[in-house]
Amino acid sequence: MTVSMDPGFRRDDRRVSRAILGLFALLLAFTSGITTAFAHPHVFVAARSELLYAPDGTITGVRHAWTFDDMFSTYALQGLATKTPGVYTREDLAPLAQTNVESLQEYKFFTFAKANGKKELFNDPIDYYLVKSDEGLTLHFTLPFKTPFKTKQLALEVFDPSYFIDFSLEKKDPIKLVGAPASCTMGIQRPNDGGAAKAQTMNEDTFMNGENSNFGAMFANKVTVDCP
Amino acid sequence: MSKSRAVFGAALVVLACVVIVDASMHAAFAQNPFGAPKGAVPDSQVGGIIGWLLTKQSEFYRAMSSTIRAAKSDGSAVWTLLGISFLYGIFHAAGPGHGKAVISSYLVANEETAKRGIALSFVSALMQALVAVLIVGIGAWLLNVTARTMCSTERVIEIASYGLIAAFGARLVWIKGRGFFRAIRPSLKTSGPQLAMAHASAHAHSHSHDHGHDHHHHHDHGHAHAHTAHAEAHAHAHHDHAHHHHHAHDDHCDHCGHSHGPTPDQLAGPGGWARGLSAVLTVGIRPCSGAILVLVFALAQGLFWAGIAATFVMGLGTAITVATIAVIAVSAKGLAARLAGSKDGSGALVMRGIEFGAAALVLVFGVGLLFGYLGTEPVRCF
Repeated sequence: MTVSMDPGFRRDDRRVSRAILGLFALLLAFTSGITTAFAHPHVFVAARSELLYAPDGTITGVRHAWTFDDMFSTYALQGLATKTPGVYTREDLAPLAQTNVESLQEYKFFTFAKANGKKELFNDPIDYYLVKSDEGLTLHFTLPFKTPFKTKQLALEVFDPSYFIDFSLEKKDPIKLVGAPASCTMGIQRPNDGGAAKAQTMNEDTFMNGENSNFGAMFANKVTVDCP
Repeated sequence: MSKSRAVFGAALVVLACVVIVDASMHAAFAQNPFGAPKGAVPDSQVGGIIGWLLTKQSEFYRAMSSTIRAAKSDGSAVWTLLGISFLYGIFHAAGPGHGKAVISSYLVANEETAKRGIALSFVSALMQALVAVLIVGIGAWLLNVTARTMCSTERVIEIASYGLIAAFGARLVWIKGRGFFRAIRPSLKTSGPQLAMAHASAHAHSHSHDHGHDHHHHHDHGHAHAHTAHAEAHAHAHHDHAHHHHHAHDDHCDHCGHSHGPTPDQLAGPGGWARGLSAVLTVGIRPCSGAILVLVFALAQGLFWAGIAATFVMGLGTAITVATIAVIAVSAKGLAARLAGSKDGSGALVMRGIEFGAAALVLVFGVGLLFGYLGTEPVRCF
């Protein structure tokens, strides 16, 4: 170890160790930086949706049934007056349902539809009500399309771009085509369990399509209906 | 040679700051439904870490409601709840949030020590917890208002917080901008920035390295307290290196008080803490939406006290993560200060520039959040 006795070498040595420590700090900073990029959901929704068709094959709207998780359901019921304590009838819940659909307007109902790649807009929701069950609160509402349309390919996505709310499709029959022509086929693309897999299974198009090129899109539930 | 080192040092700290701060903005821009930048999506290489982190957070968060339910019949579940809350706090704080970015930027903009960074991180996290408890305690428990009302309150506080960040950032920019432009001005006595520089370098010693020093620090603070507070910063380091400080007490202090952060005696005194506290108040008044949900849920189950305990433990976990990031930020600046060279005028200029940049970041964050360009986990009321 005679070399280390050389003051010049020791100085270089120190510099190297400093540089390494510095790089380590940067790496840590980098890692923590990356991790700061991701939110986690505070509300979990199990979604069930129906696509509504007119007899002539025109798509008229989307009917949602969203069941909120235990925590959010309890939170949403806070301060709500009921006729019988602890029992929530549809009438008791009507004001809350009203608030829900009015507020959801701001977030475009987390529902994004495209016909042959063209964005389709919705009118104000109709037939909305809340049901309280053991599983939690379920919000039912129907979104009529502004202009009902016929299309060869419909793409419907349900997600929160900021990922404050996690939408996942119900395991069994999450999507129903109501009154659709028999020739129509449906495909469901849902995010897998586990964020990493989610990020990898979605193709680039999922991210790069107009208003969907954002973070929450990674966790979008995409339904496609092809009617040749 | 020293000039290139200075530039390299600056590049390093800028990289570190950008990386720490960026990511929250990155996500924030990604969250902006209007005109999200194309690069806003993580590449699959980092997917593993993110996926794991997201999964863990969600797991802990979701486990909270079932654990609180379990605690109704089994008291020992409260301990599980506290454990989950602690881990959730740690993981969640590693997620998005302008809070730690603002705190880190503030620390970099000022001559703050790692120790102070840790203290401020804890104050801000525990304050967040306290605000959440107060909102639910007063709103839900005392007044029995609806969730919607509480959520609106949250939003008002959120906007207030953003406004305060912007105002605080503007003030920092004003102070640091003056220091920076003074450093640029060649007519300035060369000693000014140099001395401030040496000071920054001295802070850098207080952590993260274990080697002998032969730096010569020149301090021109005309305060006797400066030594004690300074020595304390060194003692904190637990390293046994030899220091040779040459403190020059002379009359240069007519400008140095402005060109860099509070002097050690100011830090120790009420004024210094007041300034640090105003930094954490801006972010600390905004509660975590998760904590509010947990509290309301616990209240509904008749276990409000358990919810309060969980919230504070959550804050503790958050504080640990934020403090870690704050220490990294301060260390990165210290590293840059060393690389920039303590005796070099351009090095000092670089450091003033870094501080000015960090101050500007606080302002950018405040304005961006206020006008909705940025939004890290915005509250959704519905």
